[in-house]
Amino acid sequence: MMTRTARKLCGTAVVALLLVHSGRTLPAQEPPSRYTPFDVESGRNLYQGNCSFCHGPEGDGVPGVNFAGGRFRRGSTDDQLLRTVLGGIPGTAMPPSSFSESQAGTIVAYLRSLAQSAAPSVPLGDAARGQLIVEGKGRCLTCHSVNGTGSRVGPNLTEIGATRRAVELQRSLTDPNAEIRADNRTVRVVMQDGTTLTGRLLNQDTFTLQLLDEHERLLSIEKSAARTYRVLGESPMPSYREALSGSELADVLAYLVTLKGRPK
Amino acid sequence: MTPRRSPDVPWHRWERRLRVLVLAAVPVCAASVMHGQVLFERIARSAEEPQNWLTYSGGLMGQRFSRLAAVTPTNVKNLELQWVFQSRSLEKFEATPLVVNGTMYTVQPPNDVVALDASTGRVFWVYQYAPSPLARPCCGRVNRGLAILGDSLFMATIDGHVIALDAKNGGLVWNAVLAKPEAGYSFTVAPLVINDVVIVGVAGAEYGVRGFLSALDARTGQERWRFFTIAGEGDPGRTSWAGDSWKTGGGSVWVTGSYDADLNLTYWGIGNPGPDWNGDERQGDNLYTDSVVALDARTGALKWYFQFTPHDVFDYDSVQVPVLADITWRGRPRKVLLLANRNGFFYVLDRTTGEFLLGKPFVKTTWTTGLDEKGRPMKVLELGADGTLAFPGVQGGTNWFSPSYSPGTGLFYIPSWVDTYATFTKRPVEYREGQRFTGALPAMSVRLLTPGPLVNRRLPEEGHGAIQAFDPETGDKKWEFAMTDVTDSGVLTTASGLLFSGGREGYFFALDARTGALLWKASLGGQVSNGPITYAVGGRQFVAVVGGNALFSYALRQ
Repeated sequence: MMTRTARKLCGTAVVALLLVHSGRTLPAQEPPSRYTPFDVESGRNLYQGNCSFCHGPEGDGVPGVNFAGGRFRRGSTDDQLLRTVLGGIPGTAMPPSSFSESQAGTIVAYLRSLAQSAAPSVPLGDAARGQLIVEGKGRCLTCHSVNGTGSRVGPNLTEIGATRRAVELQRSLTDPNAEIRADNRTVRVVMQDGTTLTGRLLNQDTFTLQLLDEHERLLSIEKSAARTYRVLGESPMPSYREALSGSELADVLAYLVTLKGRPK
Repeated sequence: MTPRRSPDVPWHRWERRLRVLVLAAVPVCAASVMHGQVLFERIARSAEEPQNWLTYSGGLMGQRFSRLAAVTPTNVKNLELQWVFQSRSLEKFEATPLVVNGTMYTVQPPNDVVALDASTGRVFWVYQYAPSPLARPCCGRVNRGLAILGDSLFMATIDGHVIALDAKNGGLVWNAVLAKPEAGYSFTVAPLVINDVVIVGVAGAEYGVRGFLSALDARTGQERWRFFTIAGEGDPGRTSWAGDSWKTGGGSVWVTGSYDADLNLTYWGIGNPGPDWNGDERQGDNLYTDSVVALDARTGALKWYFQFTPHDVFDYDSVQVPVLADITWRGRPRKVLLLANRNGFFYVLDRTTGEFLLGKPFVKTTWTTGLDEKGRPMKVLELGADGTLAFPGVQGGTNWFSPSYSPGTGLFYIPSWVDTYATFTKRPVEYREGQRFTGALPAMSVRLLTPGPLVNRRLPEEGHGAIQAFDPETGDKKWEFAMTDVTDSGVLTTASGLLFSGGREGYFFALDARTGALLWKASLGGQVSNGPITYAVGGRQFVAVVGGNALFSYALRQ
């Protein structure tokens, strides 16, 4: 795991990527087949762990630059972007990165995906009211945790505002099945005796599954002991499209985007 | 030569015949143990002494097949661990051991030779080699094993040397310097002995070397012949390179070839052109990269070649072991060469002439629309400055890890990467001696092999590994054993109808070679990244494989 300092350094590197050279706007639409969801997700993980502290989850953390809007200051081709991610920009705050070329390539894939999915503006309400909903009516902490409070079954939200775009959070709240990341896949196992186990997939091999079940138990299951097992295509998270009003959703979003990590 | 199973002989009778053959061979083998020396005649007939493992692939035909049959589909469940050898290196442990008369020889990465008791794992001696700090192998400081002739062991090193050691005590016999490590040349291949020469191939295409195969006098280390894998001046293939691009054309050889004594031809798979992912400056087919070449073993003269991926921009090395088999082809006996290529196609060639007989994809392939009647790819994807998605990925549908051909089942077994892909981006690249000369490493759907435990949450459609069995005559897949993660393990088959292999998940397992059914498995706690072997000591059969940084040897419970 990278230290926070290292992450900031890397993030700074990507900031510099955007600061130096003349402005350029990418085409609004890129051919959709160049990168696969796997590339994009790998790149997103790297971006969010290393770059978003400076660039922001929206890719607009640097003045004059907006990844989601397709505004880059350097490079128009994937290759130029990749070289900038790898080599940094001498004389600026952006040092060379320690990414492999392959890793840098996935970051480019993610930046391209951001440009393809320019986010509509997301309404943000009152963060304090949002926190009350998360901890109360929304019952979010029955699955998620914030700063150590809540459940570990679902994704930890403590840094969610630093790593996820508001539009992504909005989509997760209203349409949780739209995108399920590999780290958040749910597996359902029906054992030979009919017992059903559901949990987050942690690891797998040809013969076994490792999961964190809904009771926060770490389980390792022999596939041969299961009648069936299936990685679910749907999220266990309910949609809040109807459960919350529009203003309540805006409040929750306003709260989530403030979650940038544990207070030091 | 290994026996062929007549299709009208039932398997159980064939198995019984083989057991009789093995038992009959034991006194003969015992006699050869007495004098100990590994004469080339023994290597050429290695199938007749299956208690030993005398070459990288177990025999000159490259089949990684053993006549040992004490471990059977019925009793394989009784295999238990006998000993473990812990390597002192954390580098990838890719060496296939040799076993000679109860002594095992292997290479602890990068270039330490170890002799140990094959029945207990106790070490006799270690020869420590300190490679030059100028060595820069592209993809790990690895070594794939040794060769033996007489009382000498041969190892090629990552800093461009080939050395001979006394097999009794590890003493240095000779040390030949063949290539400059500072220019990117390195050896990772296990040498192949043919008659009285030691053949090695050089790696370094990722640094723009001009690849070659070299045959050295086994007694002195003097070079007898050299074959350049990149066609230069005076070679008819020279016109397949634009301008001077041949001078930095790559063409590494990093996996051991095979040999047909009747034809006196040695077959080697040749690696990718340089630079890997940008072909702009090397217009043309770029011979003999991504080819298999058939060379006169005495002179090194090229008899024929077959190029699988002309003008490759995907890094589809063709270094896979060229497996030789004598099969029935269209109703008549035929000497063929089987090669499951990194480009995702399985090929059958006539090994006398190089004629293309069959080529079929064994995994998803999108880099080409298919092969024409001569086996040449038809329309091929072009790379640009923006990414191009292609199946199979840069690691290929298979790679360096050994396939196997079983004369018993008549099937060819491929350790495969199924549904893996990569995004290739063309990037300007300039040659500087000793510097990387590749272009942009593609974004991959599956990671390169790295030490340590891996977490895998991929869905099957996002890429996985498999052992696949193919009928060479039809190219039809007979069965597939799917794994959740990919594999870097070779395959071993035995006369009793067993198949041994492993994978990144750290399992070492045995399958029924006829059906693919899982018969036994053991968790080694580390990724399997070499090819299993089998041998016998005192009549007891062992099966050995590397998992992580250790070598494990199994035998039936006594």
